Amino acid sequence: MRRILAILMENEPGSLSRIVGLFSQRAFNIESLTVAPTEDASLSRMTIATKGDDKILEQIVKQVNKLIDVIKITDITDRKHLERELLLVKVVALSDKSRTEVKRITDIFRGAIVDIGKQIYTIQLTGDADKLNAFIDTLRNETEIIESVRSGCVGIARGEKALRI
Amino acid sequence: MNQGDDMTTELFTGAEMVVKSLSALNVKYIFGYPGGSVLDIYDAIFQQDEIEHILVRHEQAATHMADGYARATGEVGVVLATSGPGATNCVTGIATAYMDSIPMVVLSGQVATSLIGNDAFQETDIVGCTRPIIKHSFNCRSLADIPDAIAKAFYIASTGRPGPVVVELPKDILIPQNKGTFNINTDVKMRSYNPNVKGHPKQIRKAVSTIKSAQRLVIYSGGGIVLSDASHLLTELVETLKAPVTNTLMGLGGISGTHENFIGMLGMHGSLEANKAMANADVILALGARFDDRVTNNVEKFCPNATIIHVDIDPTSISKTINAHVPVVGLVDVVIQQILDELAATDFTPDEEVLAPWWQQINLWRNMKSISYKQDENEKIKPQRVVEAMYKITNGEAYVASDVGQHQMFAAQYYPFEKPRQWINSGGAGTMGFGLPAAMGVKLAFPDKHVICITGDGSIQMNIQELSTCMQYNLPVVIVALNNRSLGMVRQWQDMVYGGRHSSSYMESLPDFTKLAESYGHVGIKINTLSELDSKLEEAFSIKNRLVFVDVLVDEKEHVYPMHIRTGAIDEMWLSKGVKA
Repeated sequence: MRRILAILMENEPGSLSRIVGLFSQRAFNIESLTVAPTEDASLSRMTIATKGDDKILEQIVKQVNKLIDVIKITDITDRKHLERELLLVKVVALSDKSRTEVKRITDIFRGAIVDIGKQIYTIQLTGDADKLNAFIDTLRNETEIIESVRSGCVGIARGEKALRI
Repeated sequence: MNQGDDMTTELFTGAEMVVKSLSALNVKYIFGYPGGSVLDIYDAIFQQDEIEHILVRHEQAATHMADGYARATGEVGVVLATSGPGATNCVTGIATAYMDSIPMVVLSGQVATSLIGNDAFQETDIVGCTRPIIKHSFNCRSLADIPDAIAKAFYIASTGRPGPVVVELPKDILIPQNKGTFNINTDVKMRSYNPNVKGHPKQIRKAVSTIKSAQRLVIYSGGGIVLSDASHLLTELVETLKAPVTNTLMGLGGISGTHENFIGMLGMHGSLEANKAMANADVILALGARFDDRVTNNVEKFCPNATIIHVDIDPTSISKTINAHVPVVGLVDVVIQQILDELAATDFTPDEEVLAPWWQQINLWRNMKSISYKQDENEKIKPQRVVEAMYKITNGEAYVASDVGQHQMFAAQYYPFEKPRQWINSGGAGTMGFGLPAAMGVKLAFPDKHVICITGDGSIQMNIQELSTCMQYNLPVVIVALNNRSLGMVRQWQDMVYGGRHSSSYMESLPDFTKLAESYGHVGIKINTLSELDSKLEEAFSIKNRLVFVDVLVDEKEHVYPMHIRTGAIDEMWLSKGVKA
């Protein structure tokens, strides 16, 4: 089952490599991983999307928590939370018809065309993984995808719950 | 960097800060080997006399020596190695300490910060190399980092579940041209690291009610008891509950090996009674043990009827392989005290009617004498007989540092340890070559005690160069090599599993170990026959001020029994060749 883990850790050199090393060392799965400093530059906030049964998830959470640099880890999957991912996708936009159609699909998904070339549109879209997947599938039926990049998901709990020191 | 405007402030080089930091942390010995990137530290060591440096002959031995010192004393073992090969030679020793949760700080040199990443001479990313086998590591990049990193390294290495910590020190922050003020705060606090100490009161109550409900309770205790000096508390708990207690390989000495409630080591080469008791228990109280695969055998068949209470400082150890019904996270000494208090508060008295049939059953298993061997007077010496002789001569009071293989198991089976920290062995990693340097670390700490290195003709050759270090620092350990002219444990598996095909498991060109020892200036004693075994061993142990290498020719055909039957339950064992329990 897919799980979203939110991690707060010291923003130290090597912290990221410890997390990544742990996952590969213990044969845990990483679907995506995002990390950046928080508003307090001494801290990093990481979101990991992973897969595994309950027993493996329990080990992942415990093992990550055991790392000296890690301050807190929570599994936000089962609580109310927001999950966002950024997609940038470059598509062929040759004919008027296909340009119109790509623009229409982008509007429906509430994306934005952020760059245009002679024959291409670059589209930006945020949302959860399902929305991004649906958008890509729809685009693919209409035109050719030249390049795409996804940020991996970031997640945060809804309401009062907060991951902080 | 302080430029010296304040004339009253003394300035120090990074190298001096390293040594001053270690002094502030009460370090007595550093085990190491010099090289380019750490020459400034060696220069600083030369100019002080608070800390003694022990020069080994190979950095791996420095790590094992620091490890043996740490295991015997409970203090942090300190290693110093140069960058590149010096540091990578430490890797096996760091892994060994990591697997057995031994407090150790490894100071590794590094090329200058300006050269890092350039494939400079003797550059290795040691922090990267060791990442999976350390508790934590520090990359120092400025003078000011040094005291802070070393203080934190000691704090992390020695608290919670102990383990090795690597501190990387680039050359340019050590050299005399860079100086700064020295401040060290040894009272370390870290917002990201606060190991649990006390067990949760609710879990303690749950554990105690489970213990009270037990009909067939077994206490299964491990290395955590030794590491947290909880032996007296374990003994009190065992005597309060009148329960049987078994130790893991790492936990031996956690309760006296001659205590009437002690039913022997459990696991692959454990006693039948220990493994049977586990298999038939309805409640297992695991204290500072981690359900290693060498204990459990097939986890699918592991103690299906038992309710498991698992006490450990490391939450990752709990329910990792075997699901714990009552998990308790905390320091095992603190938690045992909490359990004792809760038992007392609820007026616990052991129920003799429950205990009697359980002990009756255990004694039936005990009477099968699974830990036994046959020694014919005219045959070759049995290795077990050598261990028994050593036990008698040393009254069971020696420190025994072991290498890895059959001799290790024979020592674990036939030398009942009276006290914790007496038994020094590489249990988790199974590192051949550990024994001699570990024994040297113990001897350094306890020069007046008998310190035995029990080894084999295979293991001893993996760090035999340290005979030279023993001469330099006068470390008169007694090395007893159970010489079977083969890699005994490999050979045993080949006999049992691989149709007797002895692929690369025999040694065709062994040196004369006694002559080799003599060439280093030590005493060599060779024992070929049973009739001379006791007298020559006594002679070896009577020599107090010189290292004695005792080379005992033992029966190469002897196997270690009992032994788990592969993929079986914990109590499915071979008792001898072709005989199953």
